[in-house]
Amino acid sequence: MEPKLLMGNEACAEGALAAGIRFFAGYPITPSNEIGEILSSRLPAIGGKFIQMEDEIGSMAAIIGGSIGGLKSMTATSGPGFSLMQENIGFAAMAEIPCLVVNVMRAGPSTGMPTLPSQGDVMQARWGTHGDHPSIVLCPSSVREVFDLTVTSVNFAEKYRMPVILLMDEVIGHLREKVTLPQPESIQIIDRPRPTCPPEWYKPYEDSKTGVPPMAAFGDGYRYHITGLTHDIMGFPTTRKDEVEPLMQRLFRKISQAFEEIMLYDRFLMEDATTAVIAYGCVVRSAKSAVLQLRREGMKVGLLKLTTLWPFPRIAVESLPEQVQDLIVPEMNMGQIYREVVRVNQGRCRVRKISRIDGELMTPQEIIFGIKRRERK
Amino acid sequence: MTVKNADVYQYLRHEKKFPLIWCSGCGNGIILGSMIRAIDSLGIAKDKTAIVSGIGCSGRVSTYMDFNTLHTTHGRALAFATGLKLARPELTVMVAMGDGDALAIGGNHFIHAARRNIDLTAIIFNNSIYGMTGGQISPTTPRGSIASTARMGNIESPFDIAKLGEAAGAAFVARGSTYHTDELDELMVLALRKKGFSVLEVVTPCPTIFGRYNRLGSAVNMLKQQRDSLVSMHDAGNMSAEELQGKVSLGILADYDKPEFCEEYEKLIERAHKA
Repeated sequence: MEPKLLMGNEACAEGALAAGIRFFAGYPITPSNEIGEILSSRLPAIGGKFIQMEDEIGSMAAIIGGSIGGLKSMTATSGPGFSLMQENIGFAAMAEIPCLVVNVMRAGPSTGMPTLPSQGDVMQARWGTHGDHPSIVLCPSSVREVFDLTVTSVNFAEKYRMPVILLMDEVIGHLREKVTLPQPESIQIIDRPRPTCPPEWYKPYEDSKTGVPPMAAFGDGYRYHITGLTHDIMGFPTTRKDEVEPLMQRLFRKISQAFEEIMLYDRFLMEDATTAVIAYGCVVRSAKSAVLQLRREGMKVGLLKLTTLWPFPRIAVESLPEQVQDLIVPEMNMGQIYREVVRVNQGRCRVRKISRIDGELMTPQEIIFGIKRRERK
Repeated sequence: MTVKNADVYQYLRHEKKFPLIWCSGCGNGIILGSMIRAIDSLGIAKDKTAIVSGIGCSGRVSTYMDFNTLHTTHGRALAFATGLKLARPELTVMVAMGDGDALAIGGNHFIHAARRNIDLTAIIFNNSIYGMTGGQISPTTPRGSIASTARMGNIESPFDIAKLGEAAGAAFVARGSTYHTDELDELMVLALRKKGFSVLEVVTPCPTIFGRYNRLGSAVNMLKQQRDSLVSMHDAGNMSAEELQGKVSLGILADYDKPEFCEEYEKLIERAHKA
C-alpha cells in the first residue's frame, strides 16, 4: 500500500471499514467528529448504514439495534457523550451484543476543555456503566496503531460478543502521521459466532467451552428474546439463583479464560532495565523519547507500553518488581492506572506517578525530571 | 374493515412465559391481542417481525410474543428499533412503549423518530401512570389526578400524544382504546400497514394503581368510563357538537404521505454507488 498522511481519527474510520463495520450511529462531539463524518460518506458507498442520532443515548441504542440486525456496528464520541452511552453499554454487556465504542478522550470533568487532551476516562471505560461486568478497553499511541487496534477492537467485540471500547485521546485522534496501511488481504477479520443448528434447537445464551454463545441476527429465522434483564439460557427474564449465577459467571469467564489473548502490551529496552516507565496512549510517545535520552546518559531505563488497559494487563506488570527497583507511571490524570500498578506491585518495589491534568501533553522532560527525582532520593 | 380473529395462541410463547406479570383487569393483554391480530391479518411472517419494547408494564409485552423480540432500556426502545430497522429494512418493526417510557424519558427519541419518519409502528400503552414503579405521575397524567408523587393532585398538564406526534412529523397518528376493541384492531392494522412512522396511542386502564389512587372503581368500571369519555370514530360523525363536548375522539387523527427514512437511505446508497 502507498504511504498516506493520515489523522488518528481518519485511521480509525479506515480501520473500522477494514474490520467490516457496516453500521455507524453517532452524535457530533469534539474531538471525535472526523470518524463519523468520514463514515457518513464511505458507508453508503459500500452499502453500509450511517445515522446521526438525536443524542449519544440514542446512538448507543441504535448501534445495538444494528448489531442485532446482523451488521458490525460502532459509534464514536468523547467524554460527555461517553457518559450518556453508559446505560446502553451495560445493555450490550448484559445482552452480549458485539459493538465498538470509540472514546476520543478530552479534558474533563463535565464540558471541561473540549479541544484539549486528557486520559481522564480510564476508570469510566472500566466501570462507567452500573453493575458488575467485564470490560475490554484498548488504547493506541500512534496513527498506525489506531488502525490496527480499531480492527482488533471489532474482532474482540465479535469474538467475545460484548461492547469493546477503543480509548483514544485527543492527541492521537488529531495527530497526523505518515502511515502505510496493511494490505487488505493480510488483515485478520473475525466474525461473531452464528448458530448452525435448526432454529428449534437454538438456545441463545447457552454456555459452551468458549463461554460465547452463537448469535443469530433478527430476521434470520431464529426467533428469540433479547433483554437487559438477567435472563436464562433461552433469553427470558429470571431471578432464579441457579440461572442467574451461571450467567454472571459465564460473562466473566468468557473474558478471563482469554486474558492472554486480550492483554496486549509491548516492552521497549526492558532487558536490562532497573527502572521501568509504564505508559499508554499519547504519553507512550513522550515516555519513549525520555527513555532514549536517559539511556544516552547511561541510565538503565525501559518502557512497558500498555495497549490493553482493561482487563488490566497484570501479566505484564506482576513480574517487573523482580527486575526493577522503580516503576514510574506518567499519566494525564491523577493516577488512574498508577493505582492498578500499585495494586499489582503489592509493595515489592517503589511505584511513583507523574500526573499532568492541565490539558497539555505530557513532555519527555517531565518524565525525565520525575525519574531523576526518584533517583536522587 | 373487519380484522380477522386470529388464533392468538399460536403467536404466544408458552414455555416458561405464562402467567403474565400484568394485574387482573389490566388492559395490556387486550393490546397484545390486537397487535397479534394485526400482524396475522396482514400475513406478516413471524420471522420477519420484530417487537421492540421499553421498560415498564408495557415493556413486558415482547416477552410473551413469538417473534424476534427485543426488550430494551427505559425510554430507548425507539432508538434501538431505529438501528434494527435501518440495518434490516425488510423487517416489520413494532415498538411497544408506555406513556412514561415513550414521552418522558424517551420523549426525545419519540419526536426524532417521528421527524425522521422511519417506518416503525409505535404503540403507546397510555394508562396515565407509572404502574410498575407504584403510581408516580407520568406525562399523560391528567391535571388533578392523584398519584404517589401527587397526593394532592397533579399540578402539571398532560401531553396530547396525537398532537405531539403529528407536530413532530409522524406519517400516521391514531388513538384507540381497550374498550373499543374492534376499532382498536382496525387502527392497529392501519398503523402497521402505513409506510413511515406511525403512532397508535391506546388508552388502557390501570385499575390496580391509577384506578385505586383515583377511586375509579373496578376494572369493569374503568372500561365503562372509557366507553363514556371516548368517542369512536364511527360514531363521531353522527354526534352533535354538544354531545362531543368534553369527550376525547378516537380514530385516525393524522395521515400523511411523506418520504420514509429507510427508502431515502436506499436512494442515498444508489447515489453513492454512482458517484
